[in-house]
Amino acid sequence: MRRRYFKQSLFFALVTLSAGLLLFSLGGLLVYIFLNGFRAVTWDFLTLPPMDSMTKGGILPAILGTLYLTLGAVAVALPLGIVSAIYLTEYARQGKIVRVIRIGVNCLAGVPSVVFGLFGLGFFVVFLGFGSCILSGALTLGILILPTIIGATEEALKAVPQTFREASLALGVSKWLTIWKVVLPSALPGILTGSILGIGRAAGETAPIMFTAAAFYTAKLPGSIFDEVMALPYHIYVLATAGTFIDQTRPLQYGTVLVLVGLVLGIDLFAIVIRSVVRKKKRW
Amino acid sequence: MKITRRRKEKLIKNIFFLFAIVSLLILFLIVLFLFREGIPIFKEVTLWDFLFGNEWYPTYQPPSYGIWPLIVGSLIVTFFSSLIAVPIGVMSAVYISEIAPAALKEVLKSVIELLAGLPSVVLGFFGMVVLAPWLQETFDLPTGLNIVNASLILALMAVPTISSISEDALYAVPKEFKEASYALGATKYETIVRVIVPSAFSGIMTSVILGMARAIGETMVVLMVAGGAAAIPESLFDSVRPMPASIAAEMGEAPFRSGHYHALFATGIVLFFMTLIFNLVADYVSHKFREEGSGTL
Repeated sequence: MRRRYFKQSLFFALVTLSAGLLLFSLGGLLVYIFLNGFRAVTWDFLTLPPMDSMTKGGILPAILGTLYLTLGAVAVALPLGIVSAIYLTEYARQGKIVRVIRIGVNCLAGVPSVVFGLFGLGFFVVFLGFGSCILSGALTLGILILPTIIGATEEALKAVPQTFREASLALGVSKWLTIWKVVLPSALPGILTGSILGIGRAAGETAPIMFTAAAFYTAKLPGSIFDEVMALPYHIYVLATAGTFIDQTRPLQYGTVLVLVGLVLGIDLFAIVIRSVVRKKKRW
Repeated sequence: MKITRRRKEKLIKNIFFLFAIVSLLILFLIVLFLFREGIPIFKEVTLWDFLFGNEWYPTYQPPSYGIWPLIVGSLIVTFFSSLIAVPIGVMSAVYISEIAPAALKEVLKSVIELLAGLPSVVLGFFGMVVLAPWLQETFDLPTGLNIVNASLILALMAVPTISSISEDALYAVPKEFKEASYALGATKYETIVRVIVPSAFSGIMTSVILGMARAIGETMVVLMVAGGAAAIPESLFDSVRPMPASIAAEMGEAPFRSGHYHALFATGIVLFFMTLIFNLVADYVSHKFREEGSGTL
């Protein structure tokens, strides 16, 4: 008996340790980045373009670039993703076609980000002739986050109790109106959470925009969707690997990392908070 | 009135169907354009020599396009990162699902979600400026950018995937299983190891496969910390150049529609199909071996 409980304590210690390790790695990473970066993040840093071959100045063009790319990606993926998910959960008969579409969505979710970059290069930049610009980058990022949004919306729709639909249909309301007036409002918080997580993902991705949108350096701010832009993740990569003064720009690098991490984790945290608030309020 | 309403419903359904197949269309376009830009390389090199050629010198005269060292690089970092990420991911999932008090559970799930949300370029940066110098000094190496570094950072990226999907699977195990086990006098440990984990096995396997798929396709981390040597490594402290790193690093310099450009797209094809296989296997495992229902009296 004693040995059985000894084994149990050992096992519990081990699994607790691994959970603690996760907590520690996230916490350690964040603290480290904050301590090294917060001095660099000043008002000038956020509002000036880079200067003196990127050894001084700020990151305004990169912040704006990331903002435009992310908003563009959301504008592409959100309508497409939500409507797809409505079809898959509400309309489609669960059969072969739905199964094939689901597998397709899963496979799309698993495509490596650099392959999305290649596709964006081959299709948007070269074949459609957009060139390397905000439009190409936003479209590439949009299809990258499409599966995330479909998945989140499906989950949210499935969580709406079947009785809601039945009650509405029993009152003689058409299927579409039922979805529009009953199902979607109940599922909205879930859809929102998933979409915001998708936004966070789009803001942090580097590989898909390397060949489709990101510029090494542009002093001018983007004026149209056919301009190349700087972007925060790519800027970090460039400063950390390709600069001629890598050691001198270290503070700038930490500052940029802090801004990106703050942005992405802020977005994610916002989604998580929305979800937990809604869960507590849930009445069914 | 009735007919128009029915027609309208039908119209909406059909439009929605068109939206739903866009994902399939995109997948098809991805394959099409990878092949369109990648296939021309096979005028210069045979498929066999491309896949198993030991020399990747795309810029030499004459160039040689053998991606075997890149494939080996990808497989090695994926293998070693799984070696680290699988135990940690699965065990933390067990902790969260079975042992943690309710409040801590929510915190840990959020931590995992945030960890999954960390941009890969940030982790790559961390590996470059913190882990690499440390490894170099501690083990007295010529460079800290090597297999060990890449595997550690990739593991950090794969853990959230493994942990969250495993946790879902563990959570889905019917309560009766647990209660039956306790009723037979089993300890909590015995219940977890002999009842709960085996019941959730297909979900756990799925999480492991998807975690590996994530590691093999991850670009920025291997680009920044794997070191970039396109050669078959001899030790764990050697540099490697996994496929995504090669594509990301060289595409900017490869002249448009040159042999090098086509070779990089062809590398993308190989990478795409490797991850596709991982995903299809995961899909198969999660459907095939799913435990359905629970036995009750």
